[in-house]
Amino acid sequence: MADLVNVTIDGVAVAVPKGTLVVDAAKKLGNDIPVFCYHPKLKPVGMCRMCLVDVGTPKVDPATKQVVKDDAGNVVIAWMPKLTTGCTTPVSEGMAVRTATQQVKDAREDVLEFLLTSHPLDCPVCDKGGECPLQNLTLAHGPGQSRFDYEAKQHNDKHVPLGDLIFLDRERCIQCARCIRFQDDIADDHVLQFFERGRHMEIMTLSEPGFDSYFSGNTTDICPVGALTSADFRFKARPWELDAAQSVCNHCPVGCNTTLNTRLETKTGGREIKRVMPRQNEQVNEIWLCDKGRFVHHYTRADDKLTQPMVRRDGKLVEATWDQAFGVIAERVRAAESVAGVIGDRIANEDAFAVARAVRSTGKGSVSMSPAISAAYADIVRACGVGAATDLKQIGKGDVILVVNADVEEQAPVWFLRLRQAAVDRGAKLVVAHHRSTKMHRYAAQIMRYEIGGIDAWVADSAKLLPDLTAARNVLIAFGDEKLDAPAARSLAQHLANLLIDSGHAGKANSGLLAMYPHGNTQGVFDVTAPMPAVAEAGVVWAVGVGDRADLPQASFLVVQDVVMTELASQADVVLPASSFAERDGSYTSGDRRVQRFYRALPAAGQARPDWWIAQEVARKLGAEWRYEGAGQIFADIVTQIPGYASLSYEALAKGEEQWPPMGRGDLYYGGTVYDNEGGLGVRYVAEAEVGTVVRYEVGAPIAALSGLERPERMLYQDGELIRRSHVMASHVVKPAVA
Amino acid sequence: MTTPMDKHVLLRDEDVQDIRELAVYQANEGYAGWKKAVTSMKGEEVIGVVKDSGLRGRGGAGFPAGLKWSFIPKDINPKYVTVNCDESEPGTFKDHQLIRNNPHQVIEGTALCCYAIGAHVAYIYCRGEFKEPVQNLQKAIDDAYAAGLLGKNLFGTDYSLDVYVHLGAGAYICGEESALIESLEGKIGQPRLKPPFPAVSGLYNKPTVINNVETLANVPGIVLNGSAWYRQWGTEKSPGVKIFSVSGHVKKPDNYELPLGKYSIQDLLEMAGGSSTGLPIKAVLPAGSSSPIIPAVNFHAKLDYESMGTIGSVLGSCSWIFMDESVDMVWAARKMIRFFKHESCGKCTPCREGTHWALKLYDKMLSGEATMADVDMITTVNKQISGKCFCPLGEFSTSSMTFTLKHFRKDYEDFIAQGKGGSAAYRRELERDHHMHELHGQAKAHS
Repeated sequence: MADLVNVTIDGVAVAVPKGTLVVDAAKKLGNDIPVFCYHPKLKPVGMCRMCLVDVGTPKVDPATKQVVKDDAGNVVIAWMPKLTTGCTTPVSEGMAVRTATQQVKDAREDVLEFLLTSHPLDCPVCDKGGECPLQNLTLAHGPGQSRFDYEAKQHNDKHVPLGDLIFLDRERCIQCARCIRFQDDIADDHVLQFFERGRHMEIMTLSEPGFDSYFSGNTTDICPVGALTSADFRFKARPWELDAAQSVCNHCPVGCNTTLNTRLETKTGGREIKRVMPRQNEQVNEIWLCDKGRFVHHYTRADDKLTQPMVRRDGKLVEATWDQAFGVIAERVRAAESVAGVIGDRIANEDAFAVARAVRSTGKGSVSMSPAISAAYADIVRACGVGAATDLKQIGKGDVILVVNADVEEQAPVWFLRLRQAAVDRGAKLVVAHHRSTKMHRYAAQIMRYEIGGIDAWVADSAKLLPDLTAARNVLIAFGDEKLDAPAARSLAQHLANLLIDSGHAGKANSGLLAMYPHGNTQGVFDVTAPMPAVAEAGVVWAVGVGDRADLPQASFLVVQDVVMTELASQADVVLPASSFAERDGSYTSGDRRVQRFYRALPAAGQARPDWWIAQEVARKLGAEWRYEGAGQIFADIVTQIPGYASLSYEALAKGEEQWPPMGRGDLYYGGTVYDNEGGLGVRYVAEAEVGTVVRYEVGAPIAALSGLERPERMLYQDGELIRRSHVMASHVVKPAVA
Repeated sequence: MTTPMDKHVLLRDEDVQDIRELAVYQANEGYAGWKKAVTSMKGEEVIGVVKDSGLRGRGGAGFPAGLKWSFIPKDINPKYVTVNCDESEPGTFKDHQLIRNNPHQVIEGTALCCYAIGAHVAYIYCRGEFKEPVQNLQKAIDDAYAAGLLGKNLFGTDYSLDVYVHLGAGAYICGEESALIESLEGKIGQPRLKPPFPAVSGLYNKPTVINNVETLANVPGIVLNGSAWYRQWGTEKSPGVKIFSVSGHVKKPDNYELPLGKYSIQDLLEMAGGSSTGLPIKAVLPAGSSSPIIPAVNFHAKLDYESMGTIGSVLGSCSWIFMDESVDMVWAARKMIRFFKHESCGKCTPCREGTHWALKLYDKMLSGEATMADVDMITTVNKQISGKCFCPLGEFSTSSMTFTLKHFRKDYEDFIAQGKGGSAAYRRELERDHHMHELHGQAKAHS
């Protein structure tokens, strides 16, 4: 490759892409140059001076312009007069770097000693202690003893709330600006800034309310000291006490990989989630996680978490055994003319598959999905969604990102980060069409505005985009169903798929549809249940994981299966306690069709059981003979029965590969996510357009101008049965508003 | 010895009364170079003549101005000119006099620079404390607009130019060009990573020339009269004239405009009337607290960029602070360290933490608790800062320690041996500084 540059670091040769920074080139060789302000996900600033190394370039004779060689024929290196920051110096051909000289060692020790003159060294009570880059690098490179023999260490405020989610310890801050830079360069929420100067310099928030950003929790991960802590985790546990389970967030279509840190609690006698951290998956969320994904987990130990089956007797829900509950259900199902299974789109593939199977095995069952609207177009996303080999990091110059009727930051926050980078940092052309302003509008090269309810006009207008789309290298279309009803949403999806087909981008890698589905497994539930539109009424309605949603058929008998005591559950005839995602294994299919496994972190709460187990037991009570021993067995059935999933297996989903730059447990000095990704990166299944012939859609119903207007715009923190149960999120919850 | 320039090039207010007024300035060739350039010269020709003149930057670094201008890429627009009037180096007061008493010459030089590189907007960044002299500058700009010398379609051409004055908020670091740009953009005043240099990516990430006020004040004469005219003064490598701000223990502290390379430090001292106390002069800081101190034994050196190098110092911004034999160099070094500690922007570790530690050590000296071990520790901390800083501020902070220790180590030894620390005067000084610090803390708490 012409773009490789040869460098020698401590005598070891390495070829790295042009533009690689010295610290990263050294990292390739396993040479960890210590850093504090530098973070591979942020632009370098060279502030902390920890990464000083000795850099030289081949000496060139000014007269002949030729590289000078010594008698032995070796290139003579002209070393720079001073040490240079490795984090700001890109490699150049023939460059030589020395990282182990006495001068470099002294410099590291010097800078660390300086840093520690204003650092409190309260490691024994610090939340970061045990996973702290400053602690680790001090042990590796620092002086054992400080010569700063003054009592007057800095004594600053230790509990400064930047917002109600993030606290700042001003003593511990080493002024590396990682948090400010993350907010400016990645999240684009300019809510943090330095205040004052010199040794008085401190982080402050500029926003009211404080630290107003959906991504604030990430700053606690990348903070290289214990200066930033979350209201959720601070003072709750020491890192080494925590067990870690690899999981996947199910609150939006992105499917961010997470690590659930749990610990046994003597007070409550149970195991609890203490912290949710992002888990590195460069294909999905890199190392980021939105605050909802990070802080919403409290429902897994809510006071009203369902732990016992309940049946209604004399108008009241009373506790029952599983067998009693199954008996009541079986009796009513036998008596009913019809059974309607309504499956929520946050439950796992395995659950949804088993529930659908159970409902259908009654012989009079119908299966629908809730919320229903996504089911109106998920088949189109399956056909014309992004190509299997899509890598959002590859989207850039020459590509077009079209955002239609979607508020990406509110509906898929980490996709927002990634699409923004594609546009802002890599030069993709962003076209935004919406009836209102969204944060994406900031980066739009072209804004197409239509009236609320007037998306028809945009559809008619969109033909003029075709030349641009056709000329583009790749075309990504992110779309949502705001203010549309199901037929209208389907028509919009068809139209957008046609744009891809007409511009020659259907079924291609780095091109295709990205749907702003409401939850984390909308596509998966759709895929494995093949839902039909909901019936108007049914003898028995069996609602599984639908939360408080009201779009249910009329029922003479209502069975609600859920994690917490929702409004809906309180009205049910039978309530079945389902395990939360943290209490069992399973898989989700993200909005871009990546199937990912998640793993059990907590023991079952009381009598709560996985949805699939409950479903199969109901079916068995009714005479069915099938039985699964675990989620893996169900997935094996999914693979044989669900088109598209044929090439998948639990083993394949669990496969990992080295994530670069490495930020997990083994390399705990960059800071960021703490654990390596051992749970697998998941596999995106192939879009139908990639294998079959692509046929233009006959756009069905016109997108009626006034349909669906009553549907609220979907916001990240909108009120719901789960976020309501997270006390740290309490002040952030917004009631849905119809604009 | 009296001032040798019978006709000033820069401090023309000393020759021509009321030259701050537009009519007077114009009656004395004012804006003639400007008109000549806009109506009859190409931008490259202006750059050419400035390049030929050998004019070097007067802000301190001495970088050739014409060369700097020639780095501006032609095909990226808009471009900007930013005039550095942050004049914060202790002992510097030349730009002050220029904008107060000869503002049109600064404006004309700024305008010529804009025209040369194809910029249509210039910002004159003045330190916040210049609120009062800036009124003169602003009036001059207003008058120039009214007279059609600034604004749209100048002299009937399609060239337009706007000049704005911006007041800083009082930070030494904002005299560093990239911190100045950050401050001008409304951000916290901290230096930027280089490269890219401002010529490529400066104000609002556009090509930007940043020059000192005095540098630009030289330009009108050069454009009007040619490079040979300017080279009648100075040496081959240090052509032209330079303003020397002289202060300290001299009888006549003032700005002195001199041809470069002609006079020695001793001459300058004599022009300023010699020692004001009668005590012999011990040393001089040639460029405020940023510069290596020069002991009297080297006063023979000529005043130009090259000669100052040969005696291990710099010409810098030419703020000459003379100190007589009564000055204890330990005290002087502490003063300077305190200044740098106060002004450290905090961006990089060695400067932020090192200056703090160094001040602690000097405070210990003054309090009388120090031993020779602390002198060694000063040497150590000094080395620990040196060569590791993000920008020159941190590096400059070491000068005061390095060179007082180098030239006046005996002062340190005597300080310890004779128990000079802990005197009533030093205790008062420490208390006062501590009090200031407290006040600062209170002000912050109320902010």
